[in-house]
Order: sequence, then structure tokens, then C-alpha cells
Amino acid sequence: MDQFTLNLLFVGASFALYIGIAVWARAGSTSEFYAAGRGVHPVTNGMATAADWMSAASFISMAGLIAFTGYDNSSFLMGWTGGYVLLALLLAPYLRKFGKFTVSEFIGDRFYSPTARMVAVICLIIASTTYVIGQMTGVGVAFGRFLEISNTSGLLIGACVVFAYAVFGGMKGVTYTQVAQYCVLILAYTIPAVFISLQLTGTPIPALGLFSQTTATGGEGSVYLLTKLDQIVTDLGFASYTEAHKDNLNMVLFTLSLMIGTAGLPHVIMRFFTVPKVSDARWSAGWTLVFIALLYLTAPAVGAMARLNITELMWPNGTNGEAVSVETIQNAEEYNWMLTWQKTGLLDWEDKNGDGKIQYYNDASDAMAEKAAANGWEGNELTNFNRDILVLANPEIANLPGWVIGLVAAGGLAAALSTAAGLLLAISSAVSHDLLKGQLTPNMSEKGELMSARIAMAVAIGVATLLGLNPPGFAAQTVALAFGLAAASIFPALMMGIFSKRINNVGAVSGMLAGLIFTLVYIFLHKGWLFIAGTNSFPDTVDGSLFGIQSTAIGAVGAVINFAVAYVVSMSTKDTPQEIKDLVESVRVPAGAGAAVDH
Amino acid sequence: MAEQSTNPDAKVARDGAGYWAANIRMIIISLVIWALVSFGFGILLRPLLAGIEVGGTDLGFWFAQQGSILVFLALIFFYAWRMNKLDKEYGVEE
Repeated sequence: MDQFTLNLLFVGASFALYIGIAVWARAGSTSEFYAAGRGVHPVTNGMATAADWMSAASFISMAGLIAFTGYDNSSFLMGWTGGYVLLALLLAPYLRKFGKFTVSEFIGDRFYSPTARMVAVICLIIASTTYVIGQMTGVGVAFGRFLEISNTSGLLIGACVVFAYAVFGGMKGVTYTQVAQYCVLILAYTIPAVFISLQLTGTPIPALGLFSQTTATGGEGSVYLLTKLDQIVTDLGFASYTEAHKDNLNMVLFTLSLMIGTAGLPHVIMRFFTVPKVSDARWSAGWTLVFIALLYLTAPAVGAMARLNITELMWPNGTNGEAVSVETIQNAEEYNWMLTWQKTGLLDWEDKNGDGKIQYYNDASDAMAEKAAANGWEGNELTNFNRDILVLANPEIANLPGWVIGLVAAGGLAAALSTAAGLLLAISSAVSHDLLKGQLTPNMSEKGELMSARIAMAVAIGVATLLGLNPPGFAAQTVALAFGLAAASIFPALMMGIFSKRINNVGAVSGMLAGLIFTLVYIFLHKGWLFIAGTNSFPDTVDGSLFGIQSTAIGAVGAVINFAVAYVVSMSTKDTPQEIKDLVESVRVPAGAGAAVDH
Repeated sequence: MAEQSTNPDAKVARDGAGYWAANIRMIIISLVIWALVSFGFGILLRPLLAGIEVGGTDLGFWFAQQGSILVFLALIFFYAWRMNKLDKEYGVEE
């Protein structure tokens, strides 16, 4: 059986499983559609939240970004796990006690203002849509590869599948489906990593393999994997893998943006409304992180090991020997992956100096310029290596059996689909439940609400697909922008709503608006207005940026602005009414939490 | 939403203050550790830990890529366990 058929088989089988579960547990009423009747056990909920949370950004994109940058991109690892500490300590138990369906309902009630609720809904829609753009980038890569078509066609087909999938069921269907998706995606991520770790270090646990010695026996004897990696990448003029090359300010702010954003994203917070008790909300955040950590502890190993494998494939005779020849790439079996990925347009090479070999090195490095001149090289010849393909290509690069490759294709799709579905649900509930039913047309029937929810989904996915054709960055980078937006708008309002009795309606609204507008404008100034390429006023680099802060890191500054504005405005306006102080008081203690709240 | 009282009785209100103060203390301690392992050991204090070697690199690198995640996990479970106990001590559990 060839690889294409095998991929189809694995992807097809996994889809049949999810759809089967969705049909079996199909959402009936609106209450089930949004929050699954609050009957989900913390461990089950944790697993489903992990699947919901770990998207194309975590599965497909993150290890690639770490592989090509090394230590500097540790921010993704710390940021996307550290946010759960904030969530567990500062938000989850209180929001569960409050006991409503959506995040914006809490903001509307706590700040006793329909305007606050509206602003929160707008913040959620902007952050979630940006998030879906990142997912669509990943969906395009995954579908492009496994159907062996261009990235663009992959994206369009993927968009249809995501839409059909999200419309199929509400969260109840999705909860159990997502448990299945978690199992598929974690197996797909770890199995190839275990194989590769065994190949390179002899250690079956990739997280330990990363810090182990390599099994390769040569003249050099056994060395640590990371030492070896540092050596070969610096030989080629690239920045060393383990050292820091980014300034501390940007790294801290970027990590912080991702952490705060994690705790401010609606589709994750919504999950904590579905556990039976307040104490379960605390455990649930922990269980979620356990299931996430299984992937996140493996990811840095995947990145480092793939970087080593790729570099060695390009330089089979060592970094001082001859580069791989074009002929070998065309014919040798272990280079087949390069030919398949070339079809997607995400990987390319060009024999610039016509010597029949592909020299892969950093042509921007001064030290390499000399070496290149001496050897007659005319620039880096591995001209395009899209970071987002690394994880999906990884088993092929390591020459693993066909079924592993098929499994990874299924896992990548599971990751992208589950999150895209979760986000579309959050967007649709924001539009139909908060915007229409809550504000504009309060008398809408349950049927009308479901219908408008589905229309909102269709619009959101259309916009995301359109922008996903020309994405503002690799999947994880686009997603990082969404986190910045959530960090600057939603998280501060939620936290102040629980931890302060003094922040009032005017303060919260001005804070959210200030944080959102500041962050959004800063991102657009660097990434282009509405992410349209070429409309940016500043280059998207640290040195060229407006305040010396990268657009991906600006969310943390936006959050500080939100807190500051809300505080100052609240202090200079009327104090909160007594019933709001009572509400805050009641949210703070678990006693008296409603079971399944009827709405 | 009948059970969700907006006027807690006097006992809950009195104990509530102590409960909330204890909770805030737990949160602050946890967040200090949270920041120390990630922003501290993983980024800002990494040069100080440069002497401690871990598998071909230094301790700061390990904290940035794995160590902080393990500490985060421990923190959440510790906080959940401590708070659920605190709920009972103050009689505010569900």
C-alpha cells in the first residue's frame, strides 16, 4: 500500500470515529449546545480541554518554530502552559461559581452594563477570529500534505471540512469527540518522537532524550545531543541552539502575553463552566495541564531532534564535507519527503551555483560569506523551509514506517479541527447568545438562536479562510497575536471583576477598549491593517518596531494599560452599587454554587 | 439560580473575610514561584545558573523548556488541594 492510501486510511478512520461519537451524543437543547449540561468529570473535561486547546499551533507549528530558533522560542513552551496557573488560581473556580454560559455574561453582570457585555463580545470575536486564521494556516498545511495538493487548495478543502464539522454538533458532541481527538493527537505526536529519540539517543522518552548523549559513534565519541546540535548549526553560520539571542524584555513580554492570553481565551474558559463543582474547576485546570504537558514536554525534543536530522540529511558527510547532491534528493528513498513536500509549495531548493549540490547554510552570516566565496557557493540553496511543515514531515525525515506517517497526518488534522470547532462555537455563541439574544432581539426563539449561531460560524470561517490564504505569520505566530489580543482585553476585566469590588462599569469598559485598541493598532501597524500584507507602517522586527517591542509581545503591555485605565477611571467615577459588592462576595466563596443552571 | 445567595448570612460573611485573606496568601505564594521558575530561572536569572550543567546545556535552558512546566503542574495541584481543604476548614465548601 502506498503512503497516500495509508494517509487517507488513517485520516478517514479517525474522522469516522469522531463523527460516530458526535452523532451518538448529539446536542439537543441550547443549554447542551453551549455547556454540555455541566455533567463532565474533571479528568474527562481536562482531556477534552487539552484537545480543544492544543491546536494546529501546538501540534503542527510550535516544534518547527523551536527547531529553527532554539532557546529563544522557549516562550511558547512556558507561555502556553504557564497560563493555566493563572487560569486555575485567578479565574476558573470563580467563574464556575458565578455559573453562567459565557465569559461576556459574567462581564456584563459584574459590571452591570450591557455596554461592557457588548465590548467583551467584540473583544472575544476579534481574538477568536485571529485565532481561527492561525488554525486555518495549519489546516492548509495538513490537508495540502495528505491530499498531496497545493497549500491553497488544501486550505479551501479544509475550511469546508471544519465548517461541516463544527455545525454537526454542539459542545456535548464535541466533549466526547474531543476525548477521542486527544487520544489520536497525543499518540500521533509522541509515537514518532519515541522512535526518533531511540534512533538518536537510545532513550525511549523524548523529553529525557533531549538532554542525553547521542548514540552515534564516530571519531568524536559520544556527545550530548544539544552539544552536537549547537556545533553543527554554528558550523553553518546559524545562531547556536541553546544560547539566548533575543533581548530579555521581548522574551519576558512575549511569554507573559501568551500566559495572560491563555487565561483570557473564551473557548478555554468556557470549559470550566462544564464541571459539576467549584472544587472540580480547580482540579480540572490541573488535569488539563497534565494532558497538555505530555505534548509540551515532548515538543522541544521533537524540535531539536528534527533540526539535527534535517541538517545531517543536507550535509551527509558532515558540515565540512560535501553537501547532498540534487541527484540524491531526486532518487534516494530517504529524501522522498522533500519531493512530496515540494508539491505543497512549502519546501523548495535551488542549485544556485550549478554545482549539482544543495548547500544549506546561513548566507546572512559574515563568517559564512568567506567560506562560501572560497567554495564557490552563491547563497543558501535550501530556499524555502516552511516552519509549519516540520512536525508533519518529521516521521518521513527520520525514515519511520508508513503507518506512523499516516497517524501523524490524522493527529495534525485532529488538532486543527478540534480547536477550530471550539473557537467557532465560542464565536457563534458570542454572536447568537450574547449579541442577538442578549441585546438586539431578546425574544428570539431557541430555533432562531441555533440558526444565527450557525450563520455566525459560516461568516467567521469565511473571513478566516480568506485571511488564511495570506497569513500574517506561521500558524503559531498568528495564534500568538490572538493571545495578545485576549490578554489585553478579556483577562484584566475578568480578574478585576473578581479581585476588586471597586472597579465599576465605566472603568471596565474604558480599560477593555484601551487595551484592545492599543494592542490591535500596534499589531496592525506592524503586520498590516486587517493583516493585509504591505499596509504596515513599521517592519515586523525588534529593531524596526515602534517601541522596540515585537507585535507578538505587545499584548502584555496592552494588559497593563487595561488595568491602569480601568483603575484610574473607576477611582474618579461613582463607586459600585451594593448588589455588585454582594455579587463579588458570593463569587469568591464556593458555597452555594448552582448545579446545572437553567437559563 | 435560586441557590446562589447574594446575601450570605452573617457567619459566612465573617468567615468569608478570613477565607479570602487565606486564599489571597496562597495565590501570592504560588504566583511568586510561578514567576521565579519561568521569568526568573528560565530567562532573567539564566546567566546565574549557567554554571550548573544539565545534559549538554545549562539549568536555565532546562527550566525554560521543561522545568517550568513541571513546576506549573505541581503548583496547580498544590493550590487545588490546599483550597479544597481550606473550603472545609472555613465551612464554605459546596
